[in-house]
Amino acid sequence: MIRVLLPLPVLLPLLAAGLSVLLGQRPVLQRALSLVTLLTTTATAGVLLATADRDGTQVVQAGGWAAPAGITLVGDRLSTLLLVVSQLVLLAVLVYAIGQGVADGSRTPRAVFHPCYLVLAAGISLAFLTGDLFNLFVGFEVMLVASYVLLTLGGGAEQIRAGMTYVIVSLLASVLFVTVVGLVYAATGTVNMAQAAERVPELPEGLRVALGLTMLVVFGIKAAIFPLFSWLPDSYPTAPSPVTAVFAGLLTKVGVYAVIRTQTLLFPGEDDISAVLLVLASLTMVVGILGAVVQDDVKRVLSFTIVSHIGYMLLGLGLYSAAGLAGAILYTVHHIVVQTTLFLVAGLVERRTGTSSIARSGGMQHVAPLLAVLYLLPALSLAGIPPLSGFLAKLGLLQAGLADGSVLAVTTVAAALLTSLLTLHAVGRVWTGVFWGPVSNVVPDRDLEDAVDVGVVRTPAAMLAAASAAVAGGLLITVIAGPLYGLTTRAAGDLLDRGTYVRAVLGPGGTR
Amino acid sequence: MTGNLTIVLLIGVLYTVGTYLLLQRTLTRVVLGLALLGHGANLLLLQAGGAAGLVPFVTSGGTATVGTTADPLPQAMALTAIVITFGVTAFLLAMAYRSWVLTGADEVQDDVEDRRVQVLGEQQEQRRHREARDDTHRADAEEDT
Repeated sequence: MIRVLLPLPVLLPLLAAGLSVLLGQRPVLQRALSLVTLLTTTATAGVLLATADRDGTQVVQAGGWAAPAGITLVGDRLSTLLLVVSQLVLLAVLVYAIGQGVADGSRTPRAVFHPCYLVLAAGISLAFLTGDLFNLFVGFEVMLVASYVLLTLGGGAEQIRAGMTYVIVSLLASVLFVTVVGLVYAATGTVNMAQAAERVPELPEGLRVALGLTMLVVFGIKAAIFPLFSWLPDSYPTAPSPVTAVFAGLLTKVGVYAVIRTQTLLFPGEDDISAVLLVLASLTMVVGILGAVVQDDVKRVLSFTIVSHIGYMLLGLGLYSAAGLAGAILYTVHHIVVQTTLFLVAGLVERRTGTSSIARSGGMQHVAPLLAVLYLLPALSLAGIPPLSGFLAKLGLLQAGLADGSVLAVTTVAAALLTSLLTLHAVGRVWTGVFWGPVSNVVPDRDLEDAVDVGVVRTPAAMLAAASAAVAGGLLITVIAGPLYGLTTRAAGDLLDRGTYVRAVLGPGGTR
Repeated sequence: MTGNLTIVLLIGVLYTVGTYLLLQRTLTRVVLGLALLGHGANLLLLQAGGAAGLVPFVTSGGTATVGTTADPLPQAMALTAIVITFGVTAFLLAMAYRSWVLTGADEVQDDVEDRRVQVLGEQQEQRRHREARDDTHRADAEEDT
């Protein structure tokens, strides 16, 4: 059973993407296909999470070759949990995109949206499930190539400008990734992560730290860690809001997942790297949020908060304790949902006011009270106001930091508190500017030909439903925080006890 | 593992030239730089598998033993990486062309923040000029009286 289910989140969207290209002239069938595919993968991911939590790490050797040589897919608690969340987010954003009409083939050649979206889903699933460094690279590439197309959909001047930077930076990271895969192979003779986990600790210390830091740079670019984040706030806001929403929620988190996976499995407990991680966490949090408080464009404010809050996940990883890792995983789950929701709502607001500029809009709480509520809940959650999920996740991280007690950890905790306060200021600025004050005039649509209609009073029910569902999802995390924290604690235990992963992949004795 | 000095040096040259081109302002050079970097990385993958010249993994008749055959894994990885680099380079070229069609310039454009800082800087510069001019006027006027 698990042999079929584990590859399904990767294979099904890829096959559906191929079919979707053939259905280019039949938008209704295309939509139905994408929805059915993502519903199936969501259900599959749910079953996988339940299985992994009950029976331990699940492993499938796709292609039938045994572990070090074959294509290994691994579903442990961490990867399946993130898989479930990512599939749910992909599903909600798909409904939103269909409602908005971005996905339609009506005006510009939109028939490419569905295939690319499905390829993106497959790439994300592969990155989460793979047990092999080179396949991790392939998963990243599949995901990124789809994202290049989605980001530049329509090919407007601003999108091409931003897309160019995005593609070049991502490509540079990919070249570095191939380089580090080559170096790991030269040093250990394997790219299977479980086998490398056995061999890397035997390497000389200098080589080990060098490999670990190079890998941190590669995934740091993808996860937008300070100082490698400047591509993100520049490129994300130019895409249509559903695309930005799914990028904001998922792409950087795949990078964070890769950092957590490689650092815990291959370079466990390197004090040097942990110290670097804590310093980077502080800088990412503070610099990112300082960017957010000065921006005028709502989407740019939110983009800077993505960067800033990546720092919290690094904080948990840098502490390298069970509580820290559990907090980091819970924070990742919370942040995927909340950040996606905020971008979806920002898209709804922009559709209504015709602009994403804070200065040019105002009084939305009188015009659209429902949108105000939909914005306020995730915004407060992002800032960490109790009892919302952001508060609970931050509490876990900060307690873990104080329990650690070292000067560096306590300094980082202080930076995290400061960032939390400034986040409240940043989202509060958006609130007072856009929702309070006198009602502003609707800014007319600058480009009637492009995919996104703005300055329209009517909000399609599907968009509203998807955004509301996402807000409800964020509240659900608050409600089930207890069991969820239990799950992330068990996942953190798996990460710290690397033997579980290695034994599951290579068999009880290992194959050195 | 033994390395081939020529290939190692070549990898170094490719990375150096690629990095240099990547830092240029012209889009065409950036694309070429990325292509060279990609070649360097692929060679590095191949080199990671050990020296060249050994027999293939599957021999006709006899059974292959570890150590006497060429390692097929880096070759497979390099092939995959080549295909990916090829596809993305094609996409990048298409984007560079689109950028040239839209703006008429084959250059990396400034990002929003850079442009904003530039405008602020120019305003500040003008204000400083104006104030300096006013000061000299005032000084002249005082001298006249």
